[in-house]
Amino acid sequence: MPTLGSWGRYPHHPQTPHSVGWPFEIGNAFSRIQGAGVASTLGYGCGRSYGDSCLAQSDHVIALAGMDRVIAADWQTGVVTVQAGVTLDGLIRIALPNGWFLPVTPGTKFVTLGGAVANDVHGKNHHVMGTFGRHVRRIVLHRSDKGVCDCSPAENEELFNATVGGLGLTGIILAVELQLRAVRSSDIEQTCIKFGDLDEFFALSSQQDSKYEYTVSWVDCLAGGKSAGRGHYIGGNHSAAGELKVADGHAKRMPVDPPFSLVNTLTLKAFNALYYQRQVRKVVETRVSYDPFFYPLDKLLLWNRMYGKAGFQQYQCVIPPESGRDAVAAILRETSINGAGSFLAVLKQCADIKSPGLLSFPKAGVSLALDFAQRDALNTRLFARLDALVHEAGGRLYPAKDAHMSAHHFQSAYPAWARLESLRDPLLMSRFWRRVTS
Amino acid sequence: MSKKNVLIIGASSGIAEAVARRYAEQGSNFVLVARSQAKLDVIAADLIARGAKGVQTRLWEGHDTASLPEIAGFAWSALGTVDLALIAHGTLPDQPRAQRDLAYALEQFRTNGESAVACMLALAGHFEAQGNGVLAVIGSVAGDRGRGSNYVYGAAKAAVDALASGLRAQLFKKGVHVLTIKPGFVATPMTAELDLPAALTATPDRVAADIQRAVDARCNVLYTPWFWTWIMRIIRFLPTAIFKRLSL
Ligand SMILES: Cc1cc2nc3c(=O)[nH]c(=O)nc-3n(C[C@H](O)[C@H](O)[C@H](O)COP(=O)(O)OP(=O)(O)OC[C@H]3O[C@@H](n4cnc5c(N)ncnc54)[C@H](O)[C@@H]3O)c2cc1C
Repeated sequence: MPTLGSWGRYPHHPQTPHSVGWPFEIGNAFSRIQGAGVASTLGYGCGRSYGDSCLAQSDHVIALAGMDRVIAADWQTGVVTVQAGVTLDGLIRIALPNGWFLPVTPGTKFVTLGGAVANDVHGKNHHVMGTFGRHVRRIVLHRSDKGVCDCSPAENEELFNATVGGLGLTGIILAVELQLRAVRSSDIEQTCIKFGDLDEFFALSSQQDSKYEYTVSWVDCLAGGKSAGRGHYIGGNHSAAGELKVADGHAKRMPVDPPFSLVNTLTLKAFNALYYQRQVRKVVETRVSYDPFFYPLDKLLLWNRMYGKAGFQQYQCVIPPESGRDAVAAILRETSINGAGSFLAVLKQCADIKSPGLLSFPKAGVSLALDFAQRDALNTRLFARLDALVHEAGGRLYPAKDAHMSAHHFQSAYPAWARLESLRDPLLMSRFWRRVTS
Repeated sequence: MSKKNVLIIGASSGIAEAVARRYAEQGSNFVLVARSQAKLDVIAADLIARGAKGVQTRLWEGHDTASLPEIAGFAWSALGTVDLALIAHGTLPDQPRAQRDLAYALEQFRTNGESAVACMLALAGHFEAQGNGVLAVIGSVAGDRGRGSNYVYGAAKAAVDALASGLRAQLFKKGVHVLTIKPGFVATPMTAELDLPAALTATPDRVAADIQRAVDARCNVLYTPWFWTWIMRIIRFLPTAIFKRLSL
């Protein structure tokens, strides 16, 4: 049987899938797994989490991508109810021609609704719309101890709050009722602005963020000295008029694993310099389709293979406003001193918009994400330094991207973890949760 | 490609559902036939949300060949004309059990062979009277040559293949087209527990796209994905003296 893994391919623990295509098969899957003497399991969507939060402690997961039907759709109000295995891509294909789009989307459309709820994902519009969970109206959950339960802000509220951002631990999500966002076009009016250093980024962001629903910045994290922190600020709004056109599904696929990582100091330097210099003028305005705007990386399917068999780790943190600038500068400095470099350094200002989720990652401040090819020294050296910086600055790491944080850091950054633990489905346990709670 | 009136027997199979979604996006009308009303209801709602104009459902057990004429009548009265009928139901027999248990083996043969043959026969007259449309049936590469590891399934699918081939020759003269679909390994609930080679395993949607294209192009026999044409050519032409020694 083919095995499953996580997006970063680190840590490497192949997962045996137990595929489920229908909600009423979940009970059976629970008993089959228990009958086979497996102590725990975990729901699995598309495996687009980077670290070990989508890996079962037992390495036996319930694969839910086959449960991908629309249960009801009201194109007058934009409320849809879908099975949890529907992907964001699948939902866009159905909703966009009717004038609706996702209220919040992460940087890949190849995630399931169940996964989006379990990580309470955020997007480039966090400062306007908050997290995904704020737009979820109802969740149908199947628990191994209580059977099927409906939860919403009005019914079983505590279980609802625990399930939003609950890392898949409160039960198997069967269905999600979601409020979509109306759009008049499938295009985005995009503005790119070059900035020369970090201070310029923060200045730009405070002047410009209110003009755009979507904002994100890319930083050349290999540039040192005076140009440390240079990059591009990208803002976007849905076009006011135009076509409602679903992007065609063609993508290139990373066909095989290269024998070694294609990501090394040389390719990184070239890539980052080219990326920064691609835009000569300071400000460039264009109209682009939603697909390259939100999902530039999806064009190269399975790009994670670029890092070779050893895989890679993403380091994503959010730092409160008071300490944001200095902490980000310090993190970028540590990274460039280490020569560790990253293809992607992404900065985004998050707002103080509360999510119902107990363990939601975003909070007011600046979020920074960096990718690193996996090396043995990563966790012990670089990440240890970065973790100390983040901890001191009052920030926290994103469980969906994590493969290393300590129980101490996790528990002080997410004090509500104990409430989630008390609401956990006793049959569900991830490698991440075991690591950060024991 | 425009909207069509589509009849699907075995509508809850992975391949059938993927095909139905593609036709739903074009605003097609459906009659869906399957064994579980709960599944039919969910699939019907899904297709409507994806753009289907209308969906009607009928319960049917694969061994109940006696009720097929009535089901065919229902489909034609519900849809008026049937542009595409897809016969997609089936099971994957446990061959070692089939070798021990004759009753089980024959039951599997009936579900995969006799019952699909019965469906084709029950629909043929309606198509003939209509004078157009496509009758598509899901056979299998396993029907091309009986292999040591799954000859019960293979024999049933071979019966489907032979009947479809004859019906094609007959109905062609009346303006009706018969399409035999021979998928290789497809990742569906039916095969979820099997150890399929990843490189040779297709998604149901990939197979559905091929089927839709083959229906429009009036193909006779579709191997899907395409490379199975070549694999099966080799397997069919291997001399028996060699073939029987292989553990296929
Ligand atoms: C290129 C890329 C860009 C990304 N950008 C962003 C971003 O901008 N913002 C952001 O927030 N995240 C981002 N992510 C992370 C991604 O959005 C999340 O990890 C998402 O949750 C993955 O969903 P999945 O369906 O793949 O779930 P998986 O990774 O398979 O699982 C994630 C969690 O959901 C649980 N789960 C899945 N389905 C169910 C279910 N039906 N019932 C119960 N639990 C379930 C699992 O147990 C696990 O805890 C990005 C990831 C990639 C690869």
